[in-house]
Amino acid sequence: MTLIPNFDTLEVSEEPFSALRSTAAVLKKDFASELRTRYAVNALIMFVVTTMSIILFAFGGESVSSEVLAGLLWIVIFFAAMSGLSRTFVSEEERGTTMTLQLLARPGSVYFGKLGFNVVLILSLSLLIVVLYLIFISNFVIRSYDIFVATIVLGSVGLASASTVIAAIIAKANTRGTLYPVLSFPILLPLLLAVIHATKLSMEGMPFAEAMSDFQLLLSYSVVVITASYLLFDFIWKD
Amino acid sequence: MMTKFLVTAKDIRKDFNRRVIFEHISFELSTHASLSITGRNGSGKSTLVKILSGVLTPTTGLVSMAVNDSVLKSEQRRNYIGFVAPYLQLYDEFTGSENLLLSTHVRGRRGMSADGESLLKRVGLYARKDDRVGTYSSGMKQRLKYAFALLHGPALLILDEPMSNLDEAGIQVVVEVIEEQKQVGVVVVATNDADEARLCEENLDLNAAKMPQPAAFS
Repeated sequence: MTLIPNFDTLEVSEEPFSALRSTAAVLKKDFASELRTRYAVNALIMFVVTTMSIILFAFGGESVSSEVLAGLLWIVIFFAAMSGLSRTFVSEEERGTTMTLQLLARPGSVYFGKLGFNVVLILSLSLLIVVLYLIFISNFVIRSYDIFVATIVLGSVGLASASTVIAAIIAKANTRGTLYPVLSFPILLPLLLAVIHATKLSMEGMPFAEAMSDFQLLLSYSVVVITASYLLFDFIWKD
Repeated sequence: MMTKFLVTAKDIRKDFNRRVIFEHISFELSTHASLSITGRNGSGKSTLVKILSGVLTPTTGLVSMAVNDSVLKSEQRRNYIGFVAPYLQLYDEFTGSENLLLSTHVRGRRGMSADGESLLKRVGLYARKDDRVGTYSSGMKQRLKYAFALLHGPALLILDEPMSNLDEAGIQVVVEVIEEQKQVGVVVVATNDADEARLCEENLDLNAAKMPQPAAFS
């Protein structure tokens, strides 16, 4: 008896929603893999704890202005993202599973699956950092929660969108570690300026409308970066 | 009615850093065809099978595939290709059966064309199906790659060094798989081994394709 199925059963046109299912499967695979290997999470948590300790030692009980606090918050989030978000692609490259994924999924599904994973990772990371900030830094007081939540969500999506595609590029390079923040910084600069400004507004208790221009910038940034990444990903991913 | 599958390579050339690996590679393989690709180390056997599978793009030339004379789009091809190679890695942190299920889902399918468990029995891994792949020996990993490659019922089965790391029983399974694949589709085998090459009816010798001579050993 032959166990090889005949490809007669395959249809030339693909099943409906197969791209969506494939994207969800890549996302699920990355979560399951992260749960078992702790590839990114351990490094991220250690980074956050270390940085927070250094900030607390540096402050030494002094009261710091909202501009400095907002800037410091996003410095921690930025560098934590830089230490963890590249793992999605670098780990595939290091373990030699990139080709397996290339054989299985269309590039778009891989990109959106990895993007989804990075968005969740950076959102959880931001949440952890904010909680630690609120607990340990006494003058970090948020007065406009609506602005703050929108800033964290839009900032995280924007950060994940740019760092996902940069991770795909640097995964192919030999000097991955140093290249990642260097390549990411100029691309993320407009995003960082907007989130730092919006965070400062949230600490000063400004009305939501005051931060609208920042949110428009953040939203358009994510839309442009995600669209460009999707269109270019085929070329980055293949050779 | 038997489905007709056709894979065509037209004037394929591949350069790496301005070095021509091979050029003017053309062939046409239809259902029941089997091709062995042979050549010395560095002649580009693995590069050519990667180009066929769509993982690499040729510098010039074209690979096309058709089912019943309907040409497949490049994003459709992956569902018609099964690939086994020593450099293909499965996920060490998942078990054998999880890897098979994962591959089905990442393909965007709901179910498997073949019964994953039957394939695992066929390649002799059923007893270890719930162990993580990281604990498998290299021969067991090679066996799992066959289950992985055959799971979706590929029309084109591409095997690079098909017998590597396998014991006698494993080699016998591979011989049977190749014979069975010839009944339903196309097989391409890249190898240095004359016995493996003899399993295929046609041969493409890359030594004959234009390629700079490697430096002589002194």
